Amino acid sequence: MKIGKVIGTVVSTLKIKEYEGEKLLLVKLLDPDGSPASDYVVAFDRVQAGKGDHILLIDEGNGARQVLQAGPEGAVRAVCVGYIDSIDLAPPRPRSFGG
Amino acid sequence: MKLGKVIGTVVSTHKLEAFRGVKFLIVQPLDENLKPDGEPLVATDSQQSGPGMLVTYVGGREATLLLPEKFNPTDATITSVVDEVDRS
Repeated sequence: MKIGKVIGTVVSTLKIKEYEGEKLLLVKLLDPDGSPASDYVVAFDRVQAGKGDHILLIDEGNGARQVLQAGPEGAVRAVCVGYIDSIDLAPPRPRSFGG
Repeated sequence: MKLGKVIGTVVSTHKLEAFRGVKFLIVQPLDENLKPDGEPLVATDSQQSGPGMLVTYVGGREATLLLPEKFNPTDATITSVVDEVDRS
């Protein structure tokens, strides 16, 4: 799973059937420390996320088809599956140089 | 799924049987600010999209699921025509 921040929504009229009635979110991917990564993704929403929310997302077809109940031929990949309250990062390990 | 802009079409008469009746479009991938990001690619079309349109496309195995012949070797297919990206 990946960590992301919702930065907008994508609105389409002409679309595949899997997109019908779904909200598509524009999600910027984040590094674990919260800084923006280089990539982004357009994702379905399963946690009622809104702009500015930090979310967990999957970007993989089989998981997405399960969550969205899309059937074996659903062309879906990215889904927001969790809402992130906080992230705790362990402090970096002290390096030892030899000895 | 990613955002892209259709910048052209590709005509191919002699192609794999699995691509019969399928339209090929040249798509410029865009970043989240709708600025060009990376090299253009050739995508198959599942909508009635054409040059100048802002679209979403899907890559990987999911791209193959949208063509009439399911056993096909496409690596990107357009999934929707975007009316608006709301970032306000």
